[in-house]
Amino acid sequence: MLTWRRLHVKVRAAHAPLTSRLVTRQHAWTHGHLTSCLKLSTSTALRKDFFKDVETTFVEMKKKAADALPSSNWSPFYINPNLPPERADIVIVGGGVMGWSIAYWLKKMENSRNGMRVVVVEKDPVYTQASTVLSAGGIRQQFSLPENILLSLASADFLRNVNEHLNVYNEDPVDLQFNQSGYLFLANEKVAHIMEENYHIQSQFGAQVSLLSPTQLQERFPWINTDGVALASYGLENEGWFDPWSLLNGFKRKAISLGVIPCTGKVTDFDYTVTLAHMYDQDVMVRRVKSVKVQMPNSPEYQPVECAIVINAAGAFSAKVTEMLRVGSGDKYSIDGIPFPVEPRKRYIYVFNCPDGPGLDTPFLIDYSGVYFRREGLGGNYIGGASPDEENEPDAGNLDVDHDFFVEKVWPELAHRVPSFEKLKVTSSWAGFYDYNTLDQNAIIGVHPLINNMYCATGFSGHGLQHSPGVGRALAELILKGGFETLDLSVFGLDRIMKQEPVLERNIL
Amino acid sequence: MRLHDVCPSRPAVEPVMSAHFMAGQPWRFYRTLHRCGKHSAPLWAPARLWSSSSESPPLHTRALLFLTQRFYDVELLMGLNSELKRRTVQWKNSYNSYARQRLGMNIALAHFVLRLKGGFRYVGQDDWFRVDKRGKFSWDFLNHKNTPIEEVDLSHSLINFTGLQSLEGQQSLRTLSLRGCSQVDDWFLARLHIFQNSLEELNISDCPQITVGGLAALRNLRGLRYLDISSLPRISSPGLVVILLEEMLPQCHIVATGYDLSMFQDTVEDEKEIKEQGKTDNRHGSINKVRCKYCILMGVKEVTIHHGNKAVPLKIIHFCFKKYSPSLTGTANNWRGRLF
Repeated sequence: MLTWRRLHVKVRAAHAPLTSRLVTRQHAWTHGHLTSCLKLSTSTALRKDFFKDVETTFVEMKKKAADALPSSNWSPFYINPNLPPERADIVIVGGGVMGWSIAYWLKKMENSRNGMRVVVVEKDPVYTQASTVLSAGGIRQQFSLPENILLSLASADFLRNVNEHLNVYNEDPVDLQFNQSGYLFLANEKVAHIMEENYHIQSQFGAQVSLLSPTQLQERFPWINTDGVALASYGLENEGWFDPWSLLNGFKRKAISLGVIPCTGKVTDFDYTVTLAHMYDQDVMVRRVKSVKVQMPNSPEYQPVECAIVINAAGAFSAKVTEMLRVGSGDKYSIDGIPFPVEPRKRYIYVFNCPDGPGLDTPFLIDYSGVYFRREGLGGNYIGGASPDEENEPDAGNLDVDHDFFVEKVWPELAHRVPSFEKLKVTSSWAGFYDYNTLDQNAIIGVHPLINNMYCATGFSGHGLQHSPGVGRALAELILKGGFETLDLSVFGLDRIMKQEPVLERNIL
Repeated sequence: MRLHDVCPSRPAVEPVMSAHFMAGQPWRFYRTLHRCGKHSAPLWAPARLWSSSSESPPLHTRALLFLTQRFYDVELLMGLNSELKRRTVQWKNSYNSYARQRLGMNIALAHFVLRLKGGFRYVGQDDWFRVDKRGKFSWDFLNHKNTPIEEVDLSHSLINFTGLQSLEGQQSLRTLSLRGCSQVDDWFLARLHIFQNSLEELNISDCPQITVGGLAALRNLRGLRYLDISSLPRISSPGLVVILLEEMLPQCHIVATGYDLSMFQDTVEDEKEIKEQGKTDNRHGSINKVRCKYCILMGVKEVTIHHGNKAVPLKIIHFCFKKYSPSLTGTANNWRGRLF
């Protein structure tokens, strides 16, 4: 603006000798040397202004030119430093405890440093909806499938020596705050035989579990009301609960120190090729991922990451990842039409305080009605909840807590089982998602038959945290060595999903 | 300042070692040592790292710059000491299945305990088998193949979770002393359920790794009559823990010395006032360095003192608080003299 005015005035001043004297007299210096168009401005005299500005512009231009010379790091294009690398070997979609466990084990088992580039993509760095940090944090060996028992034992082994595995030089050791309190399952007459059979399988595979009759139970835990209980199964060792956040951070810190690249972003799309194959007596389209499109948070900016292998560890949202590859949206009667059977299911956890409640020996008690609770800290606080029935599943669109559920479904059973819980006060609550496997509520581990280079480690339906060290190791072996070595988890393969043959846990609830 | 004056001409050495390598591939270790020697030659010659002056930086700076380029190797060397200690502990605790098979579990356990510099006593005998000052022990225990062991003293030893396997099967073990064992942690206590019927006395004082989560595991020891949990550093509220343990094990006598279990500790909460009752015993009333520091640890920001000890001048109390907890503010009631 000022420049134009200056020019304007300059032109006028230049015009002065060319125009008639009458005209110029109109623009005579009646108000000193300031002409009428500059009268209202607050700047100084015209001539001085121009030269001073020229000097500063020269200085700026000189600085810009110096910046653009080769030895400086200025670049006219701004590159977002948080973008993932353009090429990676393995991209892990999902930065929960499973994703970071796999990343840690991959780096631990690679043969040479920087042998492969592993990128972990997590869309939410504060983990507001992630199942890991919202879980109750328990670990138990009381399953009926031998693979589940062995996975839990291997994970307990890992947690026992967690600082040998996850210790980073010059940093604090990992403190899991593990409570060695055991799990206590209560069964009524209808399901007592299942519990006994499970007990035999568990003892056979090395779990330290003991069976208790109602009298023994009453003598051991005097605060329990054994009405309706026919048999109880009590874990003596390697069972309890711990802090999931410290395990997640331990894995993350150690993996990053071994060279894994973390990335905050959302996987929105895949670039893939399609080939025709004949599988399960059908002609199917088999996809192969070429690159993963990672979008930066709150920005339309994205980076396509070319990769060799994609690992789907997205937990409750794993189905969205396979949907991007159009798996599950094909013809209903072909295996192309079978959607990925993992969906988020909301579960509530309520924190309540009962000053007269059971003391330090409270195990993680799970009743045959589906209600569970455990001790939290030393101040008479407990954490409890219940699994809802199939028909009354809460809406999994958000993480809002339904307090009526506690009053109607959880509290009566709790008060029936532990009489001192008749007087309790709910202090807080939260909700989290299970990565619920709609087929058989067991893990899904292995290569996807329809996606050549996608490995899945999801669908744990509430047991992901306690199996994460074992599953991480198994998947790393599968990728790097071609097959399972320490634990054979082929029973959890995706074959059963294509054939729709569930592998069920015989639980008492 | 030219570019190649800032960065030294030789490239950074690619670190090829890592801890789990050294075990299986010692040749890599030697190769790196050799490479270190080759590349340290320029260390002694003045390096052109500071371009404006021609003099080289002092030797210690050059040494540090040399080491910064070899981060992973330095990290490995730093970890060698702790790795060595860990392996010693593992070796000391290893399970001798051959001896157990050939000579029976009592002799195997006897040898195991004496190797760890502990002591034990057989059922029905009075004298203990121990290690002498020089670390030598007699081999008399070989004569008692079938006598079970009643008391084991493994104080200040390196016993850990794996070592507990050697104690398995002892049906008449009554006393176990683990005082001051640095490797005994919560998982060890959970494993003690193997003695749930026989163990009567347990001493786990001074073990630095035990927390409340491990003490919860002692519920399985139904026969426990005496429990010593003195001076456990990782228990945050020892008074409360002792009360809970007494509820959990009603027939057990619990000894917990070495904690400051006064009313002061149990009633303090974050940023709340604490009331201090003056006492005439101590020269500084009931205020001492530990309590002043405790205020800071518990987040207390303000202290109010009522019914102060008139024999202790306000100035001394002021001095104690200001010296040991400078950020505390304080007021005092019923005092002669001025306030803080």
